[in-house]
Amino acid sequence: MSFEDAMAELERVVDQLDRGEVPLEQSITLYERGQKLKAHCEAKLRDAEERVSKITMGPAGEATGTTPFDAE
Amino acid sequence: MSDLIDDDIPGRNAPEFSVSDLSGAVKRLVEGNFSHVRVRGEVGRVSRPRSGHVYLDLKDDRSVIAGVIWKGVASRLRTPPEEGMEVVVTGRLTTFPGQSKYQIVIESLAPAGVGALMAMLEKRRMALAAEGLFDAERKRPLPRLPRVIGVVTSPSGAVIRDILHRLRDRFPREVIVWPVAVQGERCAPEVAAALRGFNALPAGGAVPRPDVLIVARGGGSLEDLWGFNEEIVVRAVAESDIPVISAVGHETDTTLVDFAADRRAPTPTAAAEFAVPVRADLLATLASFDERRQAALARLLQRQGERLRTTARVLPRPEVLLAERAQRLDIAAARLPLALRDHARAKRGLLQERGGSRLSPALLTGLIRHRRQQVTGLAQWIRPERAMAALTPEREALARLARRLEEARDITHTRRTALTALDRVMRAAGYQQTLARGYVVVRDAEGGVVTDGGALNTGQGLELEFRQETRVGVTVGDTAQPAKAKPRKSAPKSGPDGQGSLF
Repeated sequence: MSFEDAMAELERVVDQLDRGEVPLEQSITLYERGQKLKAHCEAKLRDAEERVSKITMGPAGEATGTTPFDAE
Repeated sequence: MSDLIDDDIPGRNAPEFSVSDLSGAVKRLVEGNFSHVRVRGEVGRVSRPRSGHVYLDLKDDRSVIAGVIWKGVASRLRTPPEEGMEVVVTGRLTTFPGQSKYQIVIESLAPAGVGALMAMLEKRRMALAAEGLFDAERKRPLPRLPRVIGVVTSPSGAVIRDILHRLRDRFPREVIVWPVAVQGERCAPEVAAALRGFNALPAGGAVPRPDVLIVARGGGSLEDLWGFNEEIVVRAVAESDIPVISAVGHETDTTLVDFAADRRAPTPTAAAEFAVPVRADLLATLASFDERRQAALARLLQRQGERLRTTARVLPRPEVLLAERAQRLDIAAARLPLALRDHARAKRGLLQERGGSRLSPALLTGLIRHRRQQVTGLAQWIRPERAMAALTPEREALARLARRLEEARDITHTRRTALTALDRVMRAAGYQQTLARGYVVVRDAEGGVVTDGGALNTGQGLELEFRQETRVGVTVGDTAQPAKAKPRKSAPKSGPDGQGSLF
């Protein structure tokens, strides 16, 4: 599940819960669903590592791999 | 050289040149006088062989001069020459003695004023727009959180630093830089190749495939940015499957790449902002969602709890509900033995009152004895002898009748015997007995008995009856000799008449 989708669904879940129009049992299901979505989104956000590389090219100008890149 | 011209008068003493001498003389003259010229003209046909040199024609409405840009110069040009471009070039003339040609070796080339370049750019923009390359429907949304970002730009300079810096601030990601020349002759083909190269990367391959691309270059003159107006670059952006953010030049500079990109950023830094969200913001949003989620459930539980308590308060206590009924039960239970006893007593009294005392077995046996006496009394009256006596006259009458019936039967027998005798007599007298003796009965077609042979006609159908009622049909053959048939027919002749009445 993509971050966007998870985030959008979490928002819907929270909105539904907030309105308080769903029956109690369904609320608990939604609550648990929200829990999972939140964990999923958090995992995506935790993965925030910077890695910068540069394409290395073959003779025909195609990408063959990457090497670390230093902007300075 | 001036002698040559001055002495051009008829005479045989003029010096004689070899072709090479003359060519060399021309070469020296031309190259000497045009070693540095500035020419304005329109670029004609351009060819770029693999050698890297660029060959082109410069022309105006009447004349054409061939031109060449050596490889080293071509790569440094800010604006690569294109057909139709109005340019000012500087260079020197050289001759090519082997082919009796001359050309200009171009050392610099620039568009002939911004107006000329702008006019050309507008013409190209309209052509590409007409193709639909800039249509709004072609724009794809950028991913909200790309995992890998591809950047097509110069590996050195402020642009890539700005982008990386802003990405780090917002949301550190994996960045892959595809280094390209961002101006000059090599710019357009390299940028186009980089865009295609990123798109050609397979998902899950050795080089991660970017989720979004940034094409960036710092500010510069129109000529500096010209590579980003090239059709090859514009098409590569339009065809990219990966969404493209363009950030070429400053905010006021607009290149055709910007029109084709899915999103145009005014600066490279802005491009980085479009590419990734702020991680801290997302975390905050996520946290607020979670808070709302928990609060909502807590609120719901509390509200439901309150409702439950309110309802429970209204609900009567079970003791209260039961108390009254329990009491009623107690009262009823206490009254039950009493009521039963009273009831029995009342019924017994009633029984006594209705004659319960008179009712006894003796009463019943007395009644039975009386009935039996009555039956015995009646039985005396039943006597069979009397009935038999009463029947005697009828019995005698019956005997008499039986006797008479016997007599009647005898009479009938006598009469039947007499009848049989008569029948035998009758049979002996009948004509059938005669038939047994050889006679026949002759009848005509109507069944009448024929007695007169003379009345017959030839061909008339007759029927002969023999004994035991056998009959044969015959036809009269010849009526001329009635006398012969007569004796045979005479006997039956009298028969039918006499017997007719008998039947």
